[in-house]
This record gives sequence, structure tokens and C-alpha cells, in this order.
Amino acid sequence: MTEVAPTLDERALVVAVRAGDEAAFRRLIAEYGPAMLRVARRHVSDHAIAEEVVQEAWLGVLRGLERFEGRSSLKTWVFRILRNTAISRAEREGRTVPFSSLDGDGGDDHAVEESRFQAEGRWAGHWAAPPEAWSPEARLLDGETRGVVERTIAELPRAQAIVISLRDVEGFSPEEVCNVLEISESNQRVLLHRARSRVRAALEDHLGERPGP
Amino acid sequence: MKLSRDLTCAEVVELVTEYLEGGLSARDRERFEEHLGFCDWCVTYLDQMRQTVDAAGRLREEDLDPELQDALIEAFRGWRAG
Repeated sequence: MTEVAPTLDERALVVAVRAGDEAAFRRLIAEYGPAMLRVARRHVSDHAIAEEVVQEAWLGVLRGLERFEGRSSLKTWVFRILRNTAISRAEREGRTVPFSSLDGDGGDDHAVEESRFQAEGRWAGHWAAPPEAWSPEARLLDGETRGVVERTIAELPRAQAIVISLRDVEGFSPEEVCNVLEISESNQRVLLHRARSRVRAALEDHLGERPGP
Repeated sequence: MKLSRDLTCAEVVELVTEYLEGGLSARDRERFEEHLGFCDWCVTYLDQMRQTVDAAGRLREEDLDPELQDALIEAFRGWRAG
């Protein structure tokens, strides 16, 4: 897989912003600002602090722009600055959980509760309580469902929440996520798997057939 | 991951992400798809994981708060003024 093609002409934009072009800067914050705020929210739970982190990160971007050499994509570079800013802010706030640590993620974490599979017999390990297709599909699109997804992600262990936010909410490629977070591909995949599995389970609870009245 | 026999559903649900990410070896992918060939429940599960990814993508619909945008523009002007 390769990095997603940039939606902006990064090089031209960087040159313009360096030269003090405000319109170019506006394009840059329109492109990355909303995603940065959402990702910052996964690092620090308080909205006001997340906004401060985003502002601080942009100052870091502006200060660093002279030195930006384009060895990574602009997007990767910007989000790495955001991550570092958020982490040092979280440390100042007294939250110093090492990011890459998988500890505290629930250790023995099954995608689906073991009790939903047959425990023994010829079909051991096969579904005992299988999933039912979600219907109507329209419910997946409604605001209530969106709220369930948002809350579930917010409650995930931080590393999982950040990985699923970058991958599935913001649409980063696996390589981009590994570069931004400086984690291995396999670590990225484990975190993504746990996060997606939990969100699926929450959606199943929300959308599943309920006994009629 | 090495798998030596037919997959169980409990194994399939743990391999789904690796499958969607293209991380399984050719052999394991074949086994995974073989299982899907006879297990409609796991097909449903796989569909739900895809729907989950789509549902997460819909959290993206948001513009930047105008106040934050103004603050950023101010910061930019300050930076430009040196």
C-alpha cells in the first residue's frame, strides 16, 4: 500500500505559507485543522485543552516550516507535531501513560465474547450465538448510531482510540499512522483490531434485534 | 500467523482485521475465504466490520469552529510579523 495521494499541492503550499501568504495558510488549516482537533481530543479529553493543543501545534508547524524538507509528507509531519504537542501537554496535566504500551488495554482481549462460541463438541469454536445482519441499513446512518460510535471510541484505551481515529475516521493509510505515531505495522494492526472489534460490538448492541414489546 | 487446519469462527473474528488489511499470507487468506464459503455467520461478521469502518468515517463531517480558526489566523499573522 502507498500513502494516499495528497489532496493539496503540498510543496507549493509550503512555499506560499513560508512567504506569508494568508490564503495558503487558510487552506492548510481548512485541510488539517478539523482532523487535528478530533485527534487531539483522543489525546486529551477536555475540549478546551484540545483546542489549545491544536493552536500550540500550529505554532510548532509555523516555526518548523523553514526546516521542513519534505522527507515525510506534510500531513505526516503536521500530525507528528500534533502528537508530540499533545503528549507533552498530557504530561503536564499529569497523564503520563506511555503511548505505545499495550498494557492496560485489557490484556486478554477477545474480539467477541468467548461465550458466543460453542465450547465443546464437533463444532467447538463455531458460533453458538451468531451475529445477525443489521437492518435496516439506514439505522447505521442516523445520529443516534453516530453518537454510539463517538462514545465508544472516546472510551477506548488511548492508543486504540488514536489509531482508529487516524485510520477509520480520518482515512490515514497504515503507513501514515505508523509514521505519525512511530509504532510498528503489527502494533498498529493489533490496536486497530481491538478498537474496531469494540466499536462493532457496541454497534451490535445498539442495532441488534430486540425482543418485541 | 500459521494455521494448520480449518479455521473456527472464533479464529476468524480475530483474523478479520489482518484479512481486511491484506496482512494474511496467501495460504491463510485462502483458508479464511474457504471458511467464509460455508459460514454465512462469519460473512455477516465480516460485513459488520466493514460497516463499522464506514460508520467511523462518518464522524469526519465537521468544520473547524470559527473561533478556533480566527485564533489560528491571528497566530499566523503574529508569526508573519516576526
